[in-house]
Amino acid sequence: MSVVSPAPPLRLKESYLSVSFTIRSWLLSTDHKRIGILYLLSITALFLFGGAAAVAMRVELMTPQADVVRAEVYNRMFTVHGVIMVWFFLIPSIPAVLGNFLIPLMIGARDLAFPKLNLASWYVFMAGAAFTLWAIVRGGVDTGWTFYTPYSSTYSNSYVMLTATGIFITGFSSIFTGLNFIVTIHTMRAPGLQWFRLPLFVWSLYATSLILVLATPVLAISLGLIALERLFGFGIYDPNKGGDPLLFQHLFWFYSHPAVYIMILPGMGVVSETIACFSRKAVFGYKVVAMSSLAIAVLGFLVWGHHMFVSGQSTYAGLVFSLLSFLVAIPSAIKTFNWTATLYKGQITFATPMLYALGFIGLFTIGGLTGLVLASLAVDVHVHDTYFVVAHFHYIMVGGMVMAYLGGIHFWWPKMTGRMYPEGWARFSAILVFVGFNLTFFPQFLLGYLGMPRRYHTYPAEFQVLNVMSTAGASILGVGYLFPLTYLLWSLRYGPRAESNPWNATGLEWQTPSPPPTYNFKETPVVTEGPYHYETGE
Amino acid sequence: MRDQGKAAAVASDLPIPVAHQFDDARQQHEAAAMGMWIFLATEILFFGGLFTGYAVYRAVEPQGFHEASRHLDLLLGTLNTGLLLTSSLTMALAVHSAENGLRRPTIGWLLTTSMLGLGFLAIKGYEYAHKVHEHLWPGPHFVAPPDASRGFEQFFVLYVSMTGLHAIHMAAGLLVMWVMVIILWRSRHVARHSNFVEMFGLYWHFVDIVWIFLFPLLYLIDRS
Amino acid sequence: MWDFPLFPESASNLAGRVDAVYFALVLFMAVIIALVCFLVVFFSVRYRKGSRHNRAMKPASALVELVWSIPLFTVALGIFTWAGKVYFDMRTMPDSALQIYVFAKQWMWKFEHADGRREINDLHLPVGEAVRLTMTSEDVIHSLYIPAFRVKMDVLPDTYHEQWFTPTRVGTYHLFCAEYCGTEHSQMRGRVIVMSRGDYQEWLAGRGIAAGNEVLGEMTGADLLDHFRCLTCHEAGGAIQAPSLTGIWGRRVPLSDGTSVIVDEQYVRESILEPQAKVVAGYPPVMPTYRGQISESQISQLIEFIRKSGVNRATAETSPAPVDGNVGGGQSDTGERK
Repeated sequence: MSVVSPAPPLRLKESYLSVSFTIRSWLLSTDHKRIGILYLLSITALFLFGGAAAVAMRVELMTPQADVVRAEVYNRMFTVHGVIMVWFFLIPSIPAVLGNFLIPLMIGARDLAFPKLNLASWYVFMAGAAFTLWAIVRGGVDTGWTFYTPYSSTYSNSYVMLTATGIFITGFSSIFTGLNFIVTIHTMRAPGLQWFRLPLFVWSLYATSLILVLATPVLAISLGLIALERLFGFGIYDPNKGGDPLLFQHLFWFYSHPAVYIMILPGMGVVSETIACFSRKAVFGYKVVAMSSLAIAVLGFLVWGHHMFVSGQSTYAGLVFSLLSFLVAIPSAIKTFNWTATLYKGQITFATPMLYALGFIGLFTIGGLTGLVLASLAVDVHVHDTYFVVAHFHYIMVGGMVMAYLGGIHFWWPKMTGRMYPEGWARFSAILVFVGFNLTFFPQFLLGYLGMPRRYHTYPAEFQVLNVMSTAGASILGVGYLFPLTYLLWSLRYGPRAESNPWNATGLEWQTPSPPPTYNFKETPVVTEGPYHYETGE
Repeated sequence: MRDQGKAAAVASDLPIPVAHQFDDARQQHEAAAMGMWIFLATEILFFGGLFTGYAVYRAVEPQGFHEASRHLDLLLGTLNTGLLLTSSLTMALAVHSAENGLRRPTIGWLLTTSMLGLGFLAIKGYEYAHKVHEHLWPGPHFVAPPDASRGFEQFFVLYVSMTGLHAIHMAAGLLVMWVMVIILWRSRHVARHSNFVEMFGLYWHFVDIVWIFLFPLLYLIDRS
Repeated sequence: MWDFPLFPESASNLAGRVDAVYFALVLFMAVIIALVCFLVVFFSVRYRKGSRHNRAMKPASALVELVWSIPLFTVALGIFTWAGKVYFDMRTMPDSALQIYVFAKQWMWKFEHADGRREINDLHLPVGEAVRLTMTSEDVIHSLYIPAFRVKMDVLPDTYHEQWFTPTRVGTYHLFCAEYCGTEHSQMRGRVIVMSRGDYQEWLAGRGIAAGNEVLGEMTGADLLDHFRCLTCHEAGGAIQAPSLTGIWGRRVPLSDGTSVIVDEQYVRESILEPQAKVVAGYPPVMPTYRGQISESQISQLIEFIRKSGVNRATAETSPAPVDGNVGGGQSDTGERK
């Protein structure tokens, strides 16, 4: 994107980081960039917490017997892992950190439309996290992150209410963020920035926000009904009182399947940006890629029933949901092929964000295609609720989303902090993450088809070798995550200072200094071209 | 934090302050209106879960719903519908007054609206108390009549959940309304706050519309 | 150490069909993944910065998207149809099958054979005979999963779910609970023991093979009809008129609200527990509920009895006639409605 009036270089003093150093100036800031940083710190801490639970699970699963923890503890650990990772890491990760930081910069605005609402969303998020962590400290919750009734509503003796309250509250933070993004993208684009000149990252977050505002309320109400049942003995899901436990599954998946797209769409946006930049080419089929994000958002609302092929829903409903699930694969496939085609005849360099993006393409392809296995009715009957499902969604969530998130953090790190990260270490850990990830989760596909059910604390002995492989991979993956944490912190003090556009990338965010001043642009930029105006022949 | 000097460039009669992130008052108003509409969309989905539950259980157990509906007080329900519809009218008048910069009428209409809202909640509270007394409040003390069909209790579960959620929205609206009255009371320029009043008006109308759906679904099953 | 399975055993008529769809999917995936990975690596190397390959290109049209997407999607659609067909066959119950009732509860499986023989966590089956499992749960949702047979179905409280298969190989196979059901979920495992027909007959006759198993002689369906005095009303000469149970199985009966219902497991069970829900047209709604007095296992016995031949007249006639007057109406021991 070329800009008529590039901002004059600013002195560091004017950056958003250095306007004030007090804690108060951070906690009461309505600057979208500072709020992005607040989210970055919070979700990193929560990620480490959820990751610790995963490590403990993998250690337990090294042997078929129960030897590290008791069954109650194991059940609480996988619930904590799921709850924390889904609601307190994956859903806020790219939207609340990178989206908050970048959307106003990318569209040439001074801030989001509702800065106070944005700050409120962080406080609401922290309040929700506090409730959930309090529930965990008091003894945890053992329903799994899916809260299936009637187990969660009647039988479980753990802190279901506290955890559900935490998730309920956090839902408002998602809604605030999504609402803010939609309004901002609609009303605050710089002059000349038409819809089809928006970067694909903005498109993907626009689609994500639509899902956030439309799906989250349904989760809120389904958890609210569990609360009424547990607290006041209302019988909405309890069959003994005339209720239907499947109603909960329908309502829950009406939220939670779209939520999967909340988690992956922003990652796709990051990958579109990095692949274009490091191939020095416009993204192939820009409009198709942009529209496919919207198609995923819309179709994502119509496939929730594929989680219920063995729950006793009608055979015909199963057929319809299966077909729709095959359809939702099309826009994802289009994206994958277009990223690959973008590489064709590019000038490719292999900085760390590009390594993550290329890894993303491969792992997302595997994750997406194994989704077709699960969408195929007869095969799903066999692999439903086994480790095959676990492997599938970790390929999407960890292989896809976390890789994209790390790629995005590296790509925009110079912009966010004004410092470069150490490239050598970063490439090394990107490769370590890739290897560790595959070793962890590929064996789980085999375990799943062999028939090992998920959420098993103990298992038959013949599954042990594959489980040991998975645990070995997890330890590599864990180390791979600790490296970036270390060297990124190190770079804050010792990293070389970043120029305003270290990657020589297009996009309005690179036209301001690194780090940007509080109001982003001295003068509102005027946009005259589409994104990704790279010169191939240089 | 205020106005970066952009608003001055825009020809506008109203001295509305423009927040720093907006270029002009028009953009600010557009953003606020859109934000409110999106918020209402989330509210529709929020109630939507309950409406789905209602549709499912009523389809499965029509007879029980039919019988249970007869235990609701049609007179009080109709009275409440009247109160809410009137409050929508007074809310619209408040918005109209605020847009024209009329301070006292705005405050007056807002107070009238809130009185009508309070009246609604009082009647609702009386109905609830009556249901508890009749052992028709769902939960451990619920006692269905001996000849009740299946679905009888489900109806009351949904009745309490749906009208309860609606009442919570009413109560939240009343709180905001009183805060707004205090702000307007202290302020000299009503027009500065006309955006706020207008957006709140949208919310209030939404709450009314939800009731317009609840009333026939709960009180008027097969009453012909 | 390295002798561990990578692929599950196939021991039912459905296993091969599911595997065939799976292999087609694996092939489909392998082709695409190989293609994507090859292209990514190939382009990355060939068009790395500074390489001398020609970068001149014509602007590509959006039709390119169709060129690859239509063939791929057609293949995928074929797989969808195929998988749907197999699923449909899984869900269509065979006309005649060995009937087993399954009761799940935290954290054990109870199986009940048609002759009333019960087992816990072990299920003995003959090879080569279709088996229908009619399943319900006494508490939360469970899921009965036999990997070697490639079958799985959730087991819900207050509802019957069914699944069927024909074991094709003699052996002992895992049986898992696949739906998370609480603390000892991973201990809710059992064995399916598929036996040759001869061994199965032997097992049925003696109880030797099933040593250690709980095989109980219990009241049969006829005993239960007696015990609960069902025939007081449900016979032509009963004190209070109620539909006869003879030969009613599988028939469509009209209901008092004008609709009709087919007499199946679900309806019989509901009529015992919620008698007022669907009253047969022309009869007074006087039957009391038996909720709380009858166990799931006893319900299944009654269902089996009604299913086989209707009520055995001989049993009905030889059973002692009810003498206690108030039992006829059954009103005195009405269970509390829930």
